[in-house]
Amino acid sequence: MPELRTEEMVINMGPQHPSTHGVLRVELVLDGEIVVDAIPHIGYLHRCFEKHSESMNDYQQVIPYVDRMDYVAAMSNELGYAIAMERMLEIEVPERVEYIRVIFAELQRIASHLLAIGTYGLDIGAFTPFLHCFRDRERILDIFESTCGARLLYNYIWVGGLSHDVPLDFKEKVRDFVKYFPPKIKEYNDLLTYNKIFIDRTADVGVLPSEVALNYASSGPVLRGSGVNWDLRRDDPYSIYDRFEYDVVVGKGEMGTVGDCWDRYIVRVREMEQSIRIIEQAVEQMPDEGDVKAAVPKRIRPPEGEVYARTETPRGELGYYIISDGSMSPYRVKARSPCFVNLSVLPAISRGSMVADIVAIIGSIDIVLGEVDR
Amino acid sequence: MVETLEQFIPYPIIALVIHAALPLAVIFPYVLFAIWMERKVSAHMQDRLGPMRVGGWHGWAQTIADMIKMIQKEDIVPNRSDKFLFKFAPYLAFMGSYAAFAVIPFSSEYIGAHLDVGAFYLLAVTSVVTLSIIMAGWASNNKWSLLGAMRATAQIVSYEVPTVVAVLSVIVVTGTLNLMTISEMQSGSIFNWMIFHSPFLFIAFMLYFVSSLAEVNRTPFDLPESESELVGGFHTEYSGMRWGIFMLAEYADMLLVSLLGTVLFFGAWNSPFGDFMSGPVWGVFWMISKGMVFIFVMMWLRWTLPRLRVDQLMDVCWKYLIPFAFINLVLIALWEMLF
Repeated sequence: MPELRTEEMVINMGPQHPSTHGVLRVELVLDGEIVVDAIPHIGYLHRCFEKHSESMNDYQQVIPYVDRMDYVAAMSNELGYAIAMERMLEIEVPERVEYIRVIFAELQRIASHLLAIGTYGLDIGAFTPFLHCFRDRERILDIFESTCGARLLYNYIWVGGLSHDVPLDFKEKVRDFVKYFPPKIKEYNDLLTYNKIFIDRTADVGVLPSEVALNYASSGPVLRGSGVNWDLRRDDPYSIYDRFEYDVVVGKGEMGTVGDCWDRYIVRVREMEQSIRIIEQAVEQMPDEGDVKAAVPKRIRPPEGEVYARTETPRGELGYYIISDGSMSPYRVKARSPCFVNLSVLPAISRGSMVADIVAIIGSIDIVLGEVDR
Repeated sequence: MVETLEQFIPYPIIALVIHAALPLAVIFPYVLFAIWMERKVSAHMQDRLGPMRVGGWHGWAQTIADMIKMIQKEDIVPNRSDKFLFKFAPYLAFMGSYAAFAVIPFSSEYIGAHLDVGAFYLLAVTSVVTLSIIMAGWASNNKWSLLGAMRATAQIVSYEVPTVVAVLSVIVVTGTLNLMTISEMQSGSIFNWMIFHSPFLFIAFMLYFVSSLAEVNRTPFDLPESESELVGGFHTEYSGMRWGIFMLAEYADMLLVSLLGTVLFFGAWNSPFGDFMSGPVWGVFWMISKGMVFIFVMMWLRWTLPRLRVDQLMDVCWKYLIPFAFINLVLIALWEMLF
């Protein structure tokens, strides 16, 4: 029998594909169902955020643009930018503002992780956890809405303070949520995390060894999933994170190898528990009185110079590099996006897996294309 | 049944057509109901309400409205597709499952065709669905469709083996392939049902149910159309009523395997209460209700479980289900010899 002629198939995944989490396009080279190569093509959501910022008349006006980078964790983006600018201007932020910021950043982390694990279930084929996650995310968004009127893009954290104060029943609402949420985590675990099929689909898939993760400069749950104990909140404290007690969750390879999709997933689930701990402490310590706009500068005209500040967003290390030429508008605003960096590991960890695994791997990296392309 | 019809209708050919179309009277309302039920089941499992508006009471007319919408839609055929195969595939899919209904005894008085090889015919004719899926996948001229079709074919062909062996377990006990005779053997008390015949038949039922889930592409075996990986699998390029016919065939297939399970293991049209509520008309009622129970379980599973990967799917079939099915078959044969 003559040798059967086979050839590799190039298949285009995205930008309109249900599980590329937006408009990512991956060029897949397939041998049957085995992936020979996966080349991500980005740029479909490029909105010139950095260039736009340069033509803003005010540093404060950059914040709505920052919101639109990682649109499911806008609070964290704002926090990073505000911290960078405050360092540049050497502003001391009032105590109360710091606590509100931390509470919001952690609530945002939970909301973002809920979206991540919900859509991850969707990628694996389980539809129900997704809607359960959305149900609980809704409660966080309600808190945001009652505070700043917006549910997705807040423009709430300003340089030097906040756009306005929290509502009177804010503490109550947060306490309610803190009480409500932990039993729901158990529900997700029962429904998805420890489901045999889910473990089969994610354990030992897309293994990212710690050296590779470090070489690619990945951060956030992707890095911690590979067993690297690194969290900017603890290792390079900003705001008031050094006042709280919490653990940094790392992947241990419980179901398979360290750094597989399941590890990255479980890091997110457990980080939600830790965030709840931080929120609990922050609500207790938060002062009731204080003007949130006390330190907001009337006019921002920073001295010539540059600043780099990094924060831990739900997706990893978000850094802002801001150069000022002494005028009212920034000379350059560069964002070091965690999603963009994390996405770059995709080709390295997806070779040799199957088409269905690609979906699982992209989901476990948890990218937001708004931030990848900016 | 044909004879009764012929008494009322002057032309025998018309009587025959009516006789042949009778299962449609079950299938169409069932599909409309099942899709609505699927939406409701999923909605309530996910903390939502599902359709609530159309038709008034709990959105009962939602699927009817959807069907009307689908009929009105433009019939899109991709530019460089194989037009004939593309158009023909959905009909073939429905044909395959509809033809199989001919040997399902809906009640003690109604069976489409009184075949002596009913079970064999049913298993054979449902394989046509595979052909239609690969036709659809190939003709669409879309790589995702092709991948989906390949998966579907591999899956359905593989899972036919444990299904057949599980069906064979019942045949070993009954000694006939005639589904009507099998149903009649289970009449009387509920303990005459095959599921209570021996513990091995219970295992055979479990095997049958699992592999039939794969046969009809339901979660956790819904790889051929896994929307999160393959966009829509073999029906990615289909829209409007052609897509609707694929859906119709899918739900008809679900009903088919549920009814076959009912006939083989759960006493077909027999009432669970002996003579109480039994008779030809009650028979239809029992048959459909028993089938709906399985369909509910299928929906329940679909909205709970994630999806297997293609290699794991094959593992489940060839490494677990098939060996188990064969061992089970041998044990059933031994049981029959001894008792």
